[in-house]
Amino acid sequence: MNVNQSAPPVPPFGQPQPVYPGYHQSGYGGQPGSTAPPTSYGAYNGPVPGYQQTPPPGVSRAPPSSEAPPASTAQAPCGQAAYGQFGQGDVQNGPSSTVQMQRFPGSQPFGSVPLAPVVSQPAVLQPFGPPPTSAQVTAQLAGMQISGAVAPALPPVGLGYGSFGPARGPQPNYGSPYPGASTFGSQPGPPQPLPPKRLDPDAIPSPIQVIEDDRNNRGSEPFVTGVRGQVPPLVTTNFLVKDQGNASPRYIRCTSYNIPCTSDMAKQAQVPLAAVIKPLARLPPEEASPYVVDHGESGPLRCNRCKAYMCPFMQFIEGGRRFQCCFCSCINDVPPQYFQHLDHTGKRVDAYDRPELSLGSYEFLATVDYCKNNKFPSPPAFIFMIDVSYNAIRSGLVRLLCEELKSLLDFLPREGGAEESAIRVGFVTYNKVLHFYNVKSSLAQPQMMVVSDVADMFVPLLDGFLVNVSESRAVITSLLDQIPEMFADTRETETVFAPVIQAGMEALKAAECAGKLFLFHTSLPIAEAPGKLKNRDDRKLINTDKEKTLFQPQTGAYQTLAKECVAQGCCVDLFLFPNQYVDVATLSVVPQLTGGSVYKYACFQVENDQERFLSDLRRDVQKVVGFDAVMRVRTSTGIRAVDFFGAFYMSNTTDVELAGLDGDKTVTVEFKHDDRLNEESGALLQCALLYTSCAGQRRLRIHNLALNCCTQLADLYRNCETDTLINYMAKFAYRGVLNSPVKTVRDTLITQCAQILACYRKNCASPSSAGQLILPECMKLLPVYLNCVLKSDVLQPGAEVTTDDRAYVRQLVTSMDVAETNVFFYPRLLPLTKSPIESATEPPAVRASEERLSNGDIYLLENGLNLFLWVGASVQQGVVQSLFSVSSFSQITSGLSVLPVLDNPLSKKVRGLIDSLRAQRSRYMKLIVVKQEDKLEMLFKHFLVEDKSLSGGASYVDFLCHMHKEIRQLLS
Amino acid sequence: MATYLEFIQQNEERDGVRFSWNVWPSSRLEATRMVVPLACLLTPLKERPDLPPVQYEPVLCSRPTCKAILNPLCQVDYRAKLWACNFCFQRNQFPPAYTGISEVNQPAELMPQFSTIEYVIQRGAPSPLIFLYVVDTCLEEDDLQALKESLQMSLSLLPPDALVGLITFGRMVQVHELSCEGISKSYVFRGTKDLTAKQIQDMLGLTKPAMPMQQARPGQPQEHPFVSSRFLQPIHKIDMNLTDLLGELQRDPWPVTQGKRPLRSTGVALSIAVGLLEGTFPNTGARIMLFTGGPPTQGPGMVVGDELKVPIRSWHDIEKDNARFMKKATKHYEMLANRTATNGHCIDIYACALDQTGLLEMKCCANLTGGHMVMGDSFNTSLFKQTFQRIFTKDFNGDFRMAFGATLEVKTSRELKVAGAIGPCVSLNVKGPCVSENELGVGGTSQWKICGMDPTSTLGIYFEVVNQHNAPIPQGGRGAIQFVTQYQHSSTQRRIRVTTIARNWADAQSQLRHIEAAFDQEAAAVLMARLGVFRAESEEGPDVLRWLDRQLIRLCQKFGQYNKEDPTSFRLSDSFSLYPQFMFHLRRSPFLQVFNNSPDESSYYRHHFARQDLTQSLIMIQPILYSYSFHGPPEPVLLDSSSILADRILLMDTFFQIVIYLGETIAQWRKAGYQDMPEYENFKHLLQAPLDDAQEILQARFPMPRYINTEHGGSQARFLLSKVNPSQTHNNLYAWGQVRNCQVSRGGGQALFEKLVSKWISLALETEFTQVFCWGWGWGGNFEYCSWGGRGHWCGSPAVHSII
Repeated sequence: MNVNQSAPPVPPFGQPQPVYPGYHQSGYGGQPGSTAPPTSYGAYNGPVPGYQQTPPPGVSRAPPSSEAPPASTAQAPCGQAAYGQFGQGDVQNGPSSTVQMQRFPGSQPFGSVPLAPVVSQPAVLQPFGPPPTSAQVTAQLAGMQISGAVAPALPPVGLGYGSFGPARGPQPNYGSPYPGASTFGSQPGPPQPLPPKRLDPDAIPSPIQVIEDDRNNRGSEPFVTGVRGQVPPLVTTNFLVKDQGNASPRYIRCTSYNIPCTSDMAKQAQVPLAAVIKPLARLPPEEASPYVVDHGESGPLRCNRCKAYMCPFMQFIEGGRRFQCCFCSCINDVPPQYFQHLDHTGKRVDAYDRPELSLGSYEFLATVDYCKNNKFPSPPAFIFMIDVSYNAIRSGLVRLLCEELKSLLDFLPREGGAEESAIRVGFVTYNKVLHFYNVKSSLAQPQMMVVSDVADMFVPLLDGFLVNVSESRAVITSLLDQIPEMFADTRETETVFAPVIQAGMEALKAAECAGKLFLFHTSLPIAEAPGKLKNRDDRKLINTDKEKTLFQPQTGAYQTLAKECVAQGCCVDLFLFPNQYVDVATLSVVPQLTGGSVYKYACFQVENDQERFLSDLRRDVQKVVGFDAVMRVRTSTGIRAVDFFGAFYMSNTTDVELAGLDGDKTVTVEFKHDDRLNEESGALLQCALLYTSCAGQRRLRIHNLALNCCTQLADLYRNCETDTLINYMAKFAYRGVLNSPVKTVRDTLITQCAQILACYRKNCASPSSAGQLILPECMKLLPVYLNCVLKSDVLQPGAEVTTDDRAYVRQLVTSMDVAETNVFFYPRLLPLTKSPIESATEPPAVRASEERLSNGDIYLLENGLNLFLWVGASVQQGVVQSLFSVSSFSQITSGLSVLPVLDNPLSKKVRGLIDSLRAQRSRYMKLIVVKQEDKLEMLFKHFLVEDKSLSGGASYVDFLCHMHKEIRQLLS
Repeated sequence: MATYLEFIQQNEERDGVRFSWNVWPSSRLEATRMVVPLACLLTPLKERPDLPPVQYEPVLCSRPTCKAILNPLCQVDYRAKLWACNFCFQRNQFPPAYTGISEVNQPAELMPQFSTIEYVIQRGAPSPLIFLYVVDTCLEEDDLQALKESLQMSLSLLPPDALVGLITFGRMVQVHELSCEGISKSYVFRGTKDLTAKQIQDMLGLTKPAMPMQQARPGQPQEHPFVSSRFLQPIHKIDMNLTDLLGELQRDPWPVTQGKRPLRSTGVALSIAVGLLEGTFPNTGARIMLFTGGPPTQGPGMVVGDELKVPIRSWHDIEKDNARFMKKATKHYEMLANRTATNGHCIDIYACALDQTGLLEMKCCANLTGGHMVMGDSFNTSLFKQTFQRIFTKDFNGDFRMAFGATLEVKTSRELKVAGAIGPCVSLNVKGPCVSENELGVGGTSQWKICGMDPTSTLGIYFEVVNQHNAPIPQGGRGAIQFVTQYQHSSTQRRIRVTTIARNWADAQSQLRHIEAAFDQEAAAVLMARLGVFRAESEEGPDVLRWLDRQLIRLCQKFGQYNKEDPTSFRLSDSFSLYPQFMFHLRRSPFLQVFNNSPDESSYYRHHFARQDLTQSLIMIQPILYSYSFHGPPEPVLLDSSSILADRILLMDTFFQIVIYLGETIAQWRKAGYQDMPEYENFKHLLQAPLDDAQEILQARFPMPRYINTEHGGSQARFLLSKVNPSQTHNNLYAWGQVRNCQVSRGGGQALFEKLVSKWISLALETEFTQVFCWGWGWGGNFEYCSWGGRGHWCGSPAVHSII
């Protein structure tokens, strides 16, 4: 019995996980009681001083407690220094010096640890057949090797990892013949008392570790964008950006900052070349937003041939009289009013006075030529369209919303120092018919106009529908007061949907402006009208070839409608409050194509969901938006933007049309070669976004980015960004489910990933045993992240995941940025009670696996959408008392969504932490308190992505092995 | 024995009936030879202050096909308590309530002076009056303001329990919900889309909600119609609301670019109004009042496009088949009118604009439902304001002078059948034994529906004598006709008015003199005119004129006295003497002449002609001209240019216009200010006299006439000049100037005018008919020929020659 092994060699912040040693899946066996009766847990010992010593790299931390199992600690060293050494793209990714291997056991504060494993082991392994199976693959963490010895064993096994589907067989005994020790040939690490029999989870690359390292290494100094092809810090790292000619990574992130010179190379590597662009990204207050450049009547200076905008890469020649376009090499004359002399380096003297010559991101004021119908746009409008059917009234939504709008209207987005917002507002309520409101300032009372001709929607009024908030405040307030009253007795349960959007769009058309519709909708639109839907939800379709239909819209009507909306610059934000199936896949078509957002509040109840909804609404209404936008990505010769992902509409192959674009929306662009690239000149991207600001000003925002080009594959692998890669791959896969069976999509992902890694192994890694799994440093998290994507609800739904949820997530991910996808796929798990209360910083995260949870602790888990507070069964009473104000664990209400406001340091700290987490995310995360062993825990465990999931998703370890197998197959 | 004149007058006063013949030819053959059909003008609700309604129900003949109502002409056996129906001769028992009757104790309906009697039906809940305003908002600001004021004023005139509704329209149509508090609510419809009644009711949410509520609470009193209609509310509840709503009414906000007409969705608005009432209050008296300030320019029922450069259709366009929208629009409004009539509602049209508003297309809405049609230049004129106010005038009992949802049933004795009716009615298609196969006007039925009536509404009802020549009627036999009018009185009671009349039969061969003497030429002229106008709606103008001419000639042939080859010997008896002259003026009237009138005007004139009583109709046919001078009291003068004299003031009443015209000298005097000098007070009085008289006419008339005060040389003088016979300017074969107006000399000497007519007739009788006739009508023919052919020459044209 490998007791030692199961007492995990704790990663720096690991917790002893006595119950589920090593093999993390065990928890699902359904016999938690037998394995680890709560009573058997040791008491919580509180934070141990030694714990705090973790960070210093390379410093060995003594086990703080004598009880800590000595056993396997040495096996998975994880010196942070080692990471540092590998830094960015050091060639040596293969097996290397022992130093790197050292991972210190870290603290083992929990006395009871050693005992548990013994007990639990059989239970743990029970569901998976022979216990020792998975233990053979041992990893040398830092070297990223998985013992080559494993390999021979694999072929006979064959089925081992067919398990990625639901039909997971018992794990064969592969590897069992191999004494683990032998595989560590080169590993000089600390002594290992017992040869490991399975792949140690701590030995495989840890996202937490990588994130932490990057934070430590790169978080301290600003990222200066002056140098071409620099890989920026990870999205999880807080860093400042200094724009010195390239766009900030907040605007553009690439999968690779070193592009293969030839398409052959690119094909060989299979690394997708993509950029994730967030043109209107919000910047931290320390960074200046892009300067606005006004070139007067002549408009922005552009290349005559390719129409690229003036940027720092343009070469001025002939003493400044001409410039050569950096994208198409065309030589253009410099207009006289723009002429400036060059200095001795060939730079314009005024380069630093002009943002467009010195910065990566800036804005031009557009001239009338850039406006629709050659007319400067009028200020945009917001139209609030409120479902007032029975469901909406009963749930209290309408009352809540109307109450909120009264104050929210004071916070409409405004430009710069403007006194008040230029945005006009309008109101519509609807059920089976639409009610428009005339809120003209001259009226004493609002007037309601009912349009029941939903088949042929039109706007019944012109004057008084869209009004200035401050002018019509009294009327608007009166209206918002009366709406809940007017419909208080409604019996109408049927609703329409398409006509509502149509009406909003027609209203904007009539007012000749762009704008945004805020739709608050509750139910499947079954009333007789265009866009009428039927309930077509069918779980039986899952895992069949027809599964894709669940993601496709029911009718083409919404696409047509969306097209009209885009043409009018009408962006649609949809707030859904369903009690049952509403067909999100169809309803979200218009928001998706118009650059809007969808928010979903299933089974909305004012008491529970008020905070979340209002917070989302506030943020959504207040956020800065651009309207009626067109985005175009230009590239220097050699590569070309070929594919786009995100919430937008494209009527041709190059222009991304966005009826609305806010600071959270991301567009992912994929590039392909169409010629050879030149190492010297590199590759340039210029993303130009033409949009109408919230004050109605027409502007062009330009982002420039220069990338390196390489002839060596190693350079490519050294300059990759896994987070961006995952962002791209997730979007690619999520789009794929519309057209192909989910299984095919998953296989494609796995194959591509295997090819990427195999190519590295073949071309870049130093020769080693074929059985070794060698991962490029920059991509060592690729398998774990990819596994998370594969296990996500869209690609592998669990039983409790509804069709609507999947469609919802699918469309959410489509416009997520890198930071969002990162945390969405690999949630953050923060222990709350480990670090001392006084510590002001966020507690260091732990890996998302059940075995990292200690039943004496409390954890927060967030993925950008959900927020869980997990309470271990044997948490100290004092902690329970100070957090929940109840005396014991059993008295904590499961599913609680608000923590009581208590005046003690712990409560303050936890609530403060929750607030700060929420502040980081674009959507409000509703808190759910989950008690260990409670039925809600299932929900929580779903987010422990390193574990095997109930729906059949592989555990990290299993997936890594599978990946290894795939790679080996490719190599052989 | 009293004269026929007295008899006729007495009958008219008592029964509201004027027959063309008061002694009836006893066989079909003879009747047809009489040329003027046996017909009557019936004013069903003629005001009878002396006739209080009886508070019980009529007694009906028990024969199912007859169901005639007990009347003074019935034979009554007081002992056996039996009565014999005078139409079918069925013997009927009196109902139990009549057990006490005897010769000395007769119920009212058996007394001869109650040949017209009115019953009040007590059954059924009274239904309130309904007024649905349909208001155009594409008006000029001051027009809209005036209209709003008029509407607000009208609210104060309505009875407090009347239901009112409001629909406004422009580019869109808004149905205002009146019940709500706080927010004013309206349902909006696209003005371009034709909706079925079902769709409209669905969209207004009228279809389902009322039912389940009632089932849930069976104990509740049946308040169903009030619950289900949020759009029609008792005025006392929403008076303030509606007044505010009207006050806040704005002009249609949609921009109208230069060179365009505003988009006006009259067709849809009307359709929604009809659909709304259809769904909520079928078969209840209701008025839809349409106020429009221009032609419908979009959607179903559009009359003209919105391009100003394309003018609205004229008679010329219609001739040339150039009126693009006319047929479709007419069809739309006809469909609406028929639906409205079926539901027993009526539609008023108040059209005020300088240009045409599409009355031609919309006319059936008012014509078929008994609604009013008012045409004016602007809502901001006293013409409209006072006319509109007059709608709500009350009678001596304080009730509105309006009735709703009436059905008129005509029963005849066997020798007669009903051929048809002309007036503001629609056929109910009730076939029966007394329905003739020959149709005159709206025929093929014995019952008509008149959705809206007032005490002056008059129908022309035409009969056919069916008695065969070989089945003589015994001496002293009388034919009988019973008119049964069921209606909703404005006090919301249901009432039945029964008029039973009888006339003697006479053998036309032996007793032609009797028949001749009992001819009512005024009634006959109006009845013939109605036939002519009815024909003119569907036939070409010249055909109608030819038909009228032929009828006149045939009549003269039949009843004229004439010595061969002596035109001067031609004579018509007194009872026929005026008839040719009426026909003469009728030919020139705007009812048959479209020259110089827009299609809208023609429709307007014809509308009123088909519903006014005899006196008003005669004024329309032949305007009245009074002359005021220092020489004596005002006197009627000939409607001729010779009457225009320098020292006279003329007052002309054409029904639609009242013109005061100062002769040249008078005008100069006035200009000199003599009227202000005390010594010329008589001049002041002279000036005042016609004004006072005009005012008297203005007070009584509906619609309010156009009031024109002009003088010699004034531009408005054309109104007079266009009416008078231009004898002074046309050097005609005959000396028109000497002709004296027959009206002047009704009792006295022979009018030259008649002489002339006789001359032509006699000439026609023996010579080339056509040619003589053309000569005879002289400039009249010329005039009409101009208008029809547009070529301006009448002589020698085959079109004129082929009159007969």
